[in-house]
Amino acid sequence: MSSNKIKTNKSFADIAKSIIRQQIFIPIAALLILVLFNLIADPTFFQITLQPNSDGFNVLSGNIISIIDRASELVILAIGMTLVTSASGGQDISVGATIAIAGSVILRVLCGTNTRADTLQAPVIVAFLICCIVSMIFGAFNGTLVAYFKIQPMVATLIMFTAGRSIAAWINNNELPVINDPKFGYYGNFIPGIPVPTPVFITIACLIVIALALKFTNLRLYSQAVGINPHSSRLNGINPQMIKFITFVILGLCVAVAGFIKVSRLSTINYSVVAKDIEMDAILAVALGGNALGGGKFNMTASVIGAYVIQFLTTTLYKYDVSSAEISAYKAVVVIILVVLSAPIVREKMGDLKKKLFPAKAVSKEAV
Amino acid sequence: MEKNSVLEMRGICKYFPGVRALEQVDFTLREGEIHALMGENGAGKSTLIKVLTGVYHKDGGEVYIKGSSKPVVIRSPQDAQNIGISTVYQEITLCPNLTVAENMYIGRTKGHFTNWKKINADAGRLLDELGIPAIPAQQLGSCSIAVQQMIAIARAVDMNCKVLILDEPTSSLDEQEVAKLFKLMTGLKKKGVGIIFVTHFLEQVYEVCDRITVLRDGKLVGEYVIEDLPRVQLVSKMLGKDFDDMADIKSDSDSKQIDYGSTPVYECRQLDGTTGIKPFDFAIHKGEVNGFTGLLGSGRSECVRAIFGADKVNGGEVLIDGKPVKINKPLDAMKHGISYLPEDRKRDGIVGDLSVRDNIILALQVMKGFFKPISRAQAEQFADEYIKLLNIKTASSETPVKSLSGGNQQKVILARWLLANPSYLILDEPTRGIDIGTKVEIQKLVLKLASEGKSVTFISSEIDEMIRTCSRLVVLRDGKVVGELKGDELTQNKIMATIAGGES
Amino acid sequence: MKKFLKTLIGATMALSMAFGAVGCAAKQAAEAAGEGSGLIKVGIINNDPNESGYRTANDRDMKATFTEANGYEASFYYSLKNEEQIAAAQQFVQDEVDYLLISAAGTSGWDSVLQDAQNAGIKVILFDRTIDADESLYEASIVSDMAQEGQTAVDWLAGQNLDQYNIIHIQGVMGSSAQIGRSGALQDMADANDNWNIVKQQTAEWNAETAQQIVQSVIDSGTEFNVIYAENDDMARGAVQALDAANISHGVGGDVIIMGFDCNSWALEELLAGNWNYDGQCNPFQASYIDDIIKNGAKEKVVIMEERGFEAATITQEDVDNFGI
Repeated sequence: MSSNKIKTNKSFADIAKSIIRQQIFIPIAALLILVLFNLIADPTFFQITLQPNSDGFNVLSGNIISIIDRASELVILAIGMTLVTSASGGQDISVGATIAIAGSVILRVLCGTNTRADTLQAPVIVAFLICCIVSMIFGAFNGTLVAYFKIQPMVATLIMFTAGRSIAAWINNNELPVINDPKFGYYGNFIPGIPVPTPVFITIACLIVIALALKFTNLRLYSQAVGINPHSSRLNGINPQMIKFITFVILGLCVAVAGFIKVSRLSTINYSVVAKDIEMDAILAVALGGNALGGGKFNMTASVIGAYVIQFLTTTLYKYDVSSAEISAYKAVVVIILVVLSAPIVREKMGDLKKKLFPAKAVSKEAV
Repeated sequence: MEKNSVLEMRGICKYFPGVRALEQVDFTLREGEIHALMGENGAGKSTLIKVLTGVYHKDGGEVYIKGSSKPVVIRSPQDAQNIGISTVYQEITLCPNLTVAENMYIGRTKGHFTNWKKINADAGRLLDELGIPAIPAQQLGSCSIAVQQMIAIARAVDMNCKVLILDEPTSSLDEQEVAKLFKLMTGLKKKGVGIIFVTHFLEQVYEVCDRITVLRDGKLVGEYVIEDLPRVQLVSKMLGKDFDDMADIKSDSDSKQIDYGSTPVYECRQLDGTTGIKPFDFAIHKGEVNGFTGLLGSGRSECVRAIFGADKVNGGEVLIDGKPVKINKPLDAMKHGISYLPEDRKRDGIVGDLSVRDNIILALQVMKGFFKPISRAQAEQFADEYIKLLNIKTASSETPVKSLSGGNQQKVILARWLLANPSYLILDEPTRGIDIGTKVEIQKLVLKLASEGKSVTFISSEIDEMIRTCSRLVVLRDGKVVGELKGDELTQNKIMATIAGGES
Repeated sequence: MKKFLKTLIGATMALSMAFGAVGCAAKQAAEAAGEGSGLIKVGIINNDPNESGYRTANDRDMKATFTEANGYEASFYYSLKNEEQIAAAQQFVQDEVDYLLISAAGTSGWDSVLQDAQNAGIKVILFDRTIDADESLYEASIVSDMAQEGQTAVDWLAGQNLDQYNIIHIQGVMGSSAQIGRSGALQDMADANDNWNIVKQQTAEWNAETAQQIVQSVIDSGTEFNVIYAENDDMARGAVQALDAANISHGVGGDVIIMGFDCNSWALEELLAGNWNYDGQCNPFQASYIDDIIKNGAKEKVVIMEERGFEAATITQEDVDNFGI
């Protein structure tokens, strides 16, 4: 693609400039920096091996596989979070807590009254569908508060953020249910005979669904218009409340899928720690994608790459023995850099600097 | 520096990527004068003002202020204020939830302690002196826009300013309020303040200004004493060509034929809006251009909003082509072939961050429905077609609409509604805050649409424009329809009399 | 003169206390007569049972012990906030309970309410958590010794007589008493012996999934290890998931020794099945100790609960039923 561009009479600097101006440049640059760092520090980081797992079939393993696998929940949440951010101009901070609810619902349905279920009490698909419905109801609850009661999204979702894990505990009578049937673990790990982790497929499915939704509906145009100017959107026949509401319901669905993967990974749930702080990572993914957290225009691909960057960072930090308690601090550094770089004042200053560095250009423009 | 001048700008240049916004512009402001800065949209008025107030940094030239022999450096609005340059913008930039006095003194009290009693007293004195009808302890938001505007001026004046810039201060004021503002301006002028007055209203320029500086395409056309420059010449200087389009319009409007006996395209009976207007009857026929007029706040915008379903409607009957329908929300109206270009372009019209293309297709897209997106190629085609048709000045259809000038933004919204192909088009103040060239273009377009068989409601604060374009005028006062004028009754005097309540 | 004053004050206090006691007794007698029962009133202040499996088991045990059938009339109060717990204690003092049982959320701020309780003749017994207050203010304190738990586990590990110990050490939330206690013994051992290496030491904050990621990153980096020392069962479970994915055998006869803590029922079942090797108990069953103190009096101020370590070789189904939480 780049060679194609060079063939046109544009100079290389112009192309570089136009690339830098692209929104998607930020997460890709972050990704490249991480890749470069690992290449230099330890090229074995990228080693991928095919070897049998304990069930006796070959599976892929290696850091890269881990990253793609582990990022699944985050990518799925980032999809919903991007839409919510765009339409409502705020973020849902309750996704971690609602994942706890979603996971508890699945286990409750699968275990029935027995917390130590050796056999599944219901088909997995039934449990998953019920979980989707419940999660969408909680999404609808958040959406109603934001869209119809006009409460700021962060404040509105603070309610579920606070109450969610208690609700999750209540769903299972404060028990920590465990499923011993290995079939349930397929969705969060491997399906026998397939060397790629199942969450990767689930994520791809979600990405295809959202890509189709964005292509064959007006979800993008409507949520952007509502996020940028609700008054104008209304006068153009859009129902801003409905759009905001719908984005929260979609996020609810994303939460259901993410929760499903989470509980399947371990076949159990600890509602007090499951998906802890994942809301911050999801918001960070949206921000890392260069999307304005104040709503409006969004770039879904950038958000998704942003989510992978976060997992890449996490895995890299684990590899270099950074304590998981400290990882948040590194993420905070990333946030600071991003926020500062995207601030208008910094951009202006950088523009000035560029002018000082390349004064020739300004002169040539004057001469035109 | 000339002896009695307070401000001199010499050889000002400002470049944006790909655009020469200002090229060697000179500007001189003398003590105690009101100086109009005129030009079409994109002529460089705003840029010049922003350079002067430190919002933009100039790429060349010098600025001199009275009392200093060296050129001054203005790096920020704060700098500008410190050397005595104050600005009052078109949009109120004060805080509506603070009191009048707080607004006047916010950010310039010294030290950490504030004596509000004293400040309220000071504010009261100043308001009295300038004849502004406001109480210091009143919340700013409870004052009318005009009074808020005046308070903004009072705030500026009180900061010992030598140069006062008024950027489109009158665009949201009615005539009485404009008169009050002019009185205030004349008073300040006598005190020796130099006032730069940016406006689109030609009448107002000739009412209060002493001198005119005309810019075109980022270059200085010239500086004139008001007596030496008749209106026609001013317009031709701004446009850069001899221009007699006003006459064209008049002749166009004379030629139209409307069949008042036919079934109206739109008719409402006792339509009851919830925004302070009384129930009203109204009908419009095929090919007709009518207008709603009245003072600001008389309910003319509220009426058309009720027609479009923009605000809640309590009751009344609506007939489209003679068939009763329900219009409860904008989408209903749109589906029945009604389009509405709102009064407040920024708040209700444009979707700023979206591209010109998305803004143009928005209404059509919504009418098609959520599950039937217009393809990219199709959208591109629509956008290009209307950019060409309405002569919209934009770098590309991808450009965010907010970066266009006011007139071009208005054209984008017009394009949006034309693309929706309505049978009845409501234009609420389509000519406000845009340059004279575009104004004329829009008026011509309205008449062209009517001749193609569309019905148009055209609202404007400039009665001239209404007379030129409308064949019928509905007059409102205090939320009530008080009269309907057509044919020979459409004269300035008769309209004024009806608005003022002189019909009895 | 001074002496006289002192005597006077002493006498006054003694008198008032006596009256208080009498009043108290009288009231109790009246209540007892009215209800026709001799129940011991206990006010129990605990942390939120949803906090963890440990707490859930603890609460269930308390509720099972302090029943009317056992001669108790129990009121429960739950909070994770110290101030709320103190306020609740104040309320129990006013309600004139006989015993106040406290598992404090925080260590400080309890002095005055315990003084009030003492003045009102209410006996205080602390369980699970200690506080910073004078020992005279409470009857007894029943606690786990986390360092001892760690030591028991490390002793067991040393008893396995491996040539080389390459340990992945997965820690709990840093700074928590459980983490400090359970990390300490292992750290000391690793420092003292050349053949004990901690190849990875990181906190997973009690989170199974984080533990899974940590172990996975060790596997991905190709580092050799033969012991996973996880400071709770959840994290051990996460670690085992990572091993399974990489086909590394574990448990009895496997390549990697798995150690966990807390004795969740499911964890003990893993031991029974031979998938894990060791699970250290953190005894949540303080109720029987408290019952004993109330009925037979306290023999010592600080009661350290008996805590066992279970190993795959010796565990029985009976153990799972009795000690699983």
